[in-house]
Amino acid sequence: MTHRSFFWFVFPTLSAMMLFIALPIVSVLIQSLHVEHEQVLVVVESCGPFGCTQTMDIDHEATQALRDEQPLGRFNGLNTYINRSHLAFADISEAWQTKATLTEFVQSIMNLPFYRALAFTLTYTFGVTPFVLVFGLAIAVGVNNLPKLFKGPTIFCSLLPMMVTPLVGALTLFWMVDGDGVIGATLQYLFDDPALSLKASASLTWIMLIVYGIWSSIPFSFIVFYAGLQTVPKDILEAAMIDGATKWQRMWHVVVPHLMPLLIFITLIQLMDNFRVLEPIIGFSAQAHATSLSFIIFNDLNESGYPLFASAAATSILTILGVAVLLTPVLIRTWRDFHRKSH
Amino acid sequence: MHSVLTFLTTIVMVAVGTSVLADGHGDCGPAGQSIRILASDFPAIHAVVDEAELRCGKAAAEFVRNHTTEARTIMNAALKPNPSEYSSVIVANSTLTQLMNDGLVRPLDSLVEKYSDQIKPNTLISIGGNVMAVAFMANSQHLFVRQDILAKVGIGSIPSTYDELLIAAEAIRRAGIMEHPLVMNMQVGWNIGESFNLVYLAHGGEFFQPGTAEPAINSEAGLAALGTLKALVEYAHPDYLTHASNETQGLWEAGKAALGIMWGSRGAVILDDEGSSEAVTANTVLAAAPSVEPDGIPGATLWWDGITIAKNVPDEQAEATFAALISGMSPEMVMKNNDDAVWLLDGFEPGAAAAGVSATAAGGAQPYPMIPQIGLMHNALGNELVDFLKGDESAEQALADAEAAYVTAAKEAGFLK
Repeated sequence: MTHRSFFWFVFPTLSAMMLFIALPIVSVLIQSLHVEHEQVLVVVESCGPFGCTQTMDIDHEATQALRDEQPLGRFNGLNTYINRSHLAFADISEAWQTKATLTEFVQSIMNLPFYRALAFTLTYTFGVTPFVLVFGLAIAVGVNNLPKLFKGPTIFCSLLPMMVTPLVGALTLFWMVDGDGVIGATLQYLFDDPALSLKASASLTWIMLIVYGIWSSIPFSFIVFYAGLQTVPKDILEAAMIDGATKWQRMWHVVVPHLMPLLIFITLIQLMDNFRVLEPIIGFSAQAHATSLSFIIFNDLNESGYPLFASAAATSILTILGVAVLLTPVLIRTWRDFHRKSH
Repeated sequence: MHSVLTFLTTIVMVAVGTSVLADGHGDCGPAGQSIRILASDFPAIHAVVDEAELRCGKAAAEFVRNHTTEARTIMNAALKPNPSEYSSVIVANSTLTQLMNDGLVRPLDSLVEKYSDQIKPNTLISIGGNVMAVAFMANSQHLFVRQDILAKVGIGSIPSTYDELLIAAEAIRRAGIMEHPLVMNMQVGWNIGESFNLVYLAHGGEFFQPGTAEPAINSEAGLAALGTLKALVEYAHPDYLTHASNETQGLWEAGKAALGIMWGSRGAVILDDEGSSEAVTANTVLAAAPSVEPDGIPGATLWWDGITIAKNVPDEQAEATFAALISGMSPEMVMKNNDDAVWLLDGFEPGAAAAGVSATAAGGAQPYPMIPQIGLMHNALGNELVDFLKGDESAEQALADAEAAYVTAAKEAGFLK
């Protein structure tokens, strides 16, 4: 393919990627460097059915004048990135100087919203991803060995968790683990502890969220592995059998290497997906014990009635950087493999 | 005090007078206009908008309504363009502030004057001398008690202070009737922030240094409020950090709670014959929110719901929308939907479901503050206090965290330098 025809070949994809991926990220980046103008506040009296009180109001003309002058807001540089809601460098260095022990230092870092969210996000990502890979492969192999008659229905049932809307799935499970729900009541009975509550303890909440994450992501890895299994060359498997390889050896030395590219693909997708976990936290009302980076963004934009765009934008950019860091090892490995093969 | 009395008069007195709408069809303002209403989604609001549509829908070129629980999150974006997506948003204290922060609602003084014969003066919400909204109903948190259970443990009177509430809770636990007799809306986020607000106001706290946006919650009153809150949640269900109105109402209707601090708007729903047993509904009494000292400030925030008119619509459209909604607040509407809300309107006959809100307002509870930056403070409280309640950090640290979170947000939003 000449350079010219290659260019025209990728042009539509490239322009769509520019328009829908690159430009929004650039706009978010610019947003994260600016904050709102100073609000010009005036003291006023407010009256209603319950009496009059002194309150404050925004002087709209004065504030609007500031806005017209600089529509993007005040330039704030990287200050949003290093404030207490994000990387909190000042708070960390203060804690480093004032805290006597390492435990106290770690505690004061975990008290900062960004690091607390990062801790759960990483635990969730590295808790869910390996299980999704292993269970997905196991189910795919199992289904592949079923008699033809059962394959269709089994595949359908295995895909159910993916078909259920994440929020609905989370809510259903949330009600089931309630003290009055099926799972919650059974656990209370089994452990003979009527006060046992999965929702009241931080560690149990984390486990519950991770189990939900595994449950809802397995179908994806299952269906990809299942498709991959259909392409495993029969003659190699037969050759291995003739050589006396056991079932496990065939699995480990033939099937898994054959599926390696898919394994890397699923790992990439899962790392990205799990790093952006949000729905289960909302569905399980788990924000008392677990927050994620996406949850902070959601909270900044949604909860106060006064969207903090700079804050949300800064967390978004940090999330993108986080995903990039996570994916780097996998990408480097793929690149090396690709290089080795091409020589 | 005067206005509290007026408020009481509204609740207690049955309507006399103002029967302008004798023929059933009032003044609908300019005909052939487009009326587009954005509102939250609960029965009382439906009742007002239904009546407005019934009376003035035909005279309008179109009458569009969008009832959604997400009204709060879409309203600013919907009102920004000119002409705006809606000609009216039905708001409450906090949501009016949210619209006013962006200057999206218009002063109503001239319209109020024109339709003054249908509007009661004490329903006008004025800020800085301009009428910005007309309220039609009141709401607040207050105490719910199961009288039969209190009687079983030998408590004859309804708890009126937090101490009495705690004594009653302990008595119920001691008697082995319920391990967790108390329900409160303590879901992390908005609800836990609001629960703090109630107790904080009861302790006489102020959210900001007067006349500024500087926080003032890390104070004696703040510590005292957290102490009270912590004492209360000892008697709440272990899952209390996930409980909002729907969950607490559910526990109450299932007969699993004997003392509750819940919204007045849940009163009618709890007392009706749906979703609960006779034993619960017949013995549930709605009373004033508890205070710190006897006859102190009740631990509640008073709320109103009312109508606003968008700034970015033509004047005729604004008038037609205003006239239609005002006609929706008629005594006939109140008569048809008497128990759906604590109406601030003529014709309201307060029943058992309104007793808690009336008593709380009469006790001198504070209205929810209408300060531009209160949403940021509320959100900071909602996210940062939970560590203290879980026992992971001290009350001082929790309040310091909440202040730090608020200051960070307020700086970004331009309220603080």
